[in-house]
This record gives sequence, C-alpha cells and structure tokens, in this order.
Amino acid sequence: MRRVGVLALQGDVREHVGVLERLNVRAERVRRPNQLAGLDGLVIPGGESTTIAYLLTTSGLREPLARALEEGLSTFGTCAGLIMLSTSVSDGRADQWSYGALDVAVRRNGYGRQVASFEAPVAVRGVGDVPGVFIRAPRIEEVGADVDVVATYDHGDGEHPVLVRQGPVWGCSFHPELTPVDRVHQLFLDSMSEALR
Amino acid sequence: MTTGMGSQTGSTLVKRGLADMLRGGVIMDVVNPEQARIAEDSGAVAVMALERVPSDIRRDGGVARMSDPEMIQGIQAAVTIPVMAKARIGHFAEAQILQSLDVDYIDESEVLTPADEENHIDKWAFTVPFVCGATNLGEALRRIGEGACMIRSKGEAGTGNVVEAVRHLRTIMTQIRRLQSADATELYALAKDLQAPLPLVREVAETGELPVPLFCAGGLSTPADASLVMQLGAQAVFVGSGIFKSDDPVRMAKAIVEATTHYQDPAIVAKVSTGLGAAMKGFETATLEVRLAERGW
Repeated sequence: MRRVGVLALQGDVREHVGVLERLNVRAERVRRPNQLAGLDGLVIPGGESTTIAYLLTTSGLREPLARALEEGLSTFGTCAGLIMLSTSVSDGRADQWSYGALDVAVRRNGYGRQVASFEAPVAVRGVGDVPGVFIRAPRIEEVGADVDVVATYDHGDGEHPVLVRQGPVWGCSFHPELTPVDRVHQLFLDSMSEALR
Repeated sequence: MTTGMGSQTGSTLVKRGLADMLRGGVIMDVVNPEQARIAEDSGAVAVMALERVPSDIRRDGGVARMSDPEMIQGIQAAVTIPVMAKARIGHFAEAQILQSLDVDYIDESEVLTPADEENHIDKWAFTVPFVCGATNLGEALRRIGEGACMIRSKGEAGTGNVVEAVRHLRTIMTQIRRLQSADATELYALAKDLQAPLPLVREVAETGELPVPLFCAGGLSTPADASLVMQLGAQAVFVGSGIFKSDDPVRMAKAIVEATTHYQDPAIVAKVSTGLGAAMKGFETATLEVRLAERGW
C-alpha cells in the first residue's frame, strides 16, 4: 500500500487523512523530520500559512522538506499548502517564505476575508465539475511557463487558475478535502503512479 | 463584490470550514496592534481583538461591551491572520456591526456582560461564522441549533486556572460517549434531559463528536495546560489573559503554540516549558465573586 504523509503541524489534517484512507492509501501524519522517510507522497493541508511556516522551522522540518521537494517528492498543497509551495506570495507577512516548488505567484486572501469566502462548482480538466470551497483562499495571479493549469474559475472577473501542477507538485486554491468528492486527490494519486512507470 | 456563476457565501460548509482550518492552532487575545503582531510572529492561528483581556474585565468590573471599531480595524490592518471579535450574548446589533467590519469570526461571549437573559443571537441570519461557549453537551447543541459553527469550552476566563475548562471538556466528552452507547429509543429521553434538539442528538450519537469543531478556552496559561486539553479532545485552544499577563509574553506565546502542535510529545512540551518565567498569577475559582461560565442559557 502506498504511503502518503500529511503535514500535521496545524490545519485540516484530519480531512486529508480521511480522503486518502477512502482512496486506499496509508495516510501518515508528519510532525518530525524522520517521519518524511520513505513516503511516496505528501499533502500540505489548509490552515494558516504563517503558523505552518513557523512550525516547519521550529520542528526542524523546513530544510528536510526542501530537500525532499528538490528530490521530486510528489506533493499536493491546498490553500495554505499552495501558499507554502508557491514561488512568490503577496499580501503576506514581510518575512513570509515559501518553497518555490510551484512556479506561481499567489495573493493571500485574494478573494477577500471570511465574509467573502464562498463555494462554487469548479470544472476540472478530465474530471468534470467538483465542489469548490474557497475559505480566505489564496488567489493564483501568475503562472510560469512550466505550470499546467488543470482548473480555472471565473469569480465574476475573468477565468484564472485554481488548480495547477508542475511535474510532481500540485497546488489548489480551494479545499477538495472538505467535500465528499475525492476526484482531485485521485488525480494527484494517479500522477504519483505515472511517475513510477 | 461581483461573484462568479453559482457561487454562494455564508454557507454552513464555508462557515464551519474556517473553524476546520484553525485546528491544531492557538487563538490569542490581543488588545492592540502591537500585541497582534507579537501573536502572529509567535505562530498564532488567529487573534481575538478586545479592549481588555478577561482578567482586567474581572478586576475593573462594570459592563463589558463590544470593542471600539477603530481598535478592531487597527488590529485587522496589523496582521494577515484571521481576526475575531466578541459580541455580548444576545446582542445581535453588536454582531451586525462586527459583520459590517469584516471580522472573520464572532465570539458570542460570556466574558462580556450579557444583553439578553433568555435568547442568544440567531446566528443563521449572519454570513460571518460564530463561536459560542458551552459547559456541557446540551448547551453546545443548543448553540449549534442557533447556528454556531465552532464550540469552545467556557472555562473560567481571566483566572489563569484551567480547572473549569477541564470540567467542561470532560463533561462534553462523557455525555457524547453516553449518547453513543444509547439505543434509538433512549435518544428521545436523552435529548429531553440535555435540552437539545433531537436531530443533533441523533447526529452526535452516530458520529461520536460534535457536528462542529470543539476548541478549548478559559484559564489556559501554560504549555502544559495546552497539552492537557488537547489530549482531552480539544482541537485547538484559545488563550486569553495567559499570554500577555505572563512575565515573557513572546516566549509564552511561542511555547504554547509549539505545545499545542506537539501535545502528544512530552519531551517537546518540556523543552518549551523550560525557563519561561512566571505564568499569570491566577485565582482559585472557588473564591470568585462573578462566575462567567454561568452566563448563557
């Protein structure tokens, strides 16, 4: 059985574990550097990116995770997880850092504060509509040439990316883990199998 | 703001979802932008903007009300994390004001002086989500029935004494286990005893947990307190007076954040607890003249 870690420093860890278990993957909570060893993939959950960044540093995971990403670990980040994987972050803290594993520029809370948080169907290429839950969501404002845009959404101001992939790394503005529809996670798991072939 | 086709704000999923995102985190009471920045620097997952922390409200007496909007806006401008604010129990006009200020969560809180001794706010009427306190399962389910999207223990705010928060968490957990062991016939009488809506009682009996996240608040003042309540089943913690009334607020804040994440790892909790200086002095709850946890109905 494949082993997929869920970074369990803060956020909606439990929901991601639930989806992975429904998809017959062994989900392992990762809080310490040695728990990264031997994983086939990793999920960085939703939560607060400033808190997750702080705890990555204090737990000693920041550098080991950077090395794992460089070595091509299949990784999927939702919301705060997308922020952590991106190349550049605006409207963040002055000292906000991110891994730069996905060549995208994101704006924190780019759709507004909580009262503007929303749900809407999102059309995912090759899958069809999935429910999109956007909570103080980051907005993807630019994507690099090597980034594959897998889903876009029009929030009344033009289509823009909400689910992207660059090689083994996936990022998503919304929270598929909060819904019973597991197809986005399935796409990520399918891409891990491609990499093995 | 214009929105895309078929988009919906203020849905139950969106409101409860923010509570899900705060799990494993620490929500800190702050009274000015400087404290808010310290909280964010220390890894807080959100801040609660208020004019006086509970221990000062307790000391000063008088009527405690919603904070000045200017103070809340100053804190919103200072940090990137969610900003919560408190409204008095039943004071829906204060809640309307807080919603218009774009706060991210409203705490309908017993720490402020209640405005209605019979009714809580109809929280379904709002786009912004609410957190409410509870001392037992019936109270928690009544608040969820009114639309609360997060439940926290009440504890005894401003005392630096975790004993009441522990009592509330244990009571809620014990009552949930009782529902899980009941048969379908017994649930009617149990709902009556709990004074809680039957559909919610049935849901808890089936799932073994509240329909919304359960956080802990009231009297937490050390990293060990955070570890204790997380092990008792809390999914995140609120710390009020415990941080900015301690000797070294920056270190205390960071230590409680780390202890909340690594609550199952005593070696890490020990490390962050070392050399912290004094926690807030605190009170024996038996000697209190005003018991905040008794507010709410």
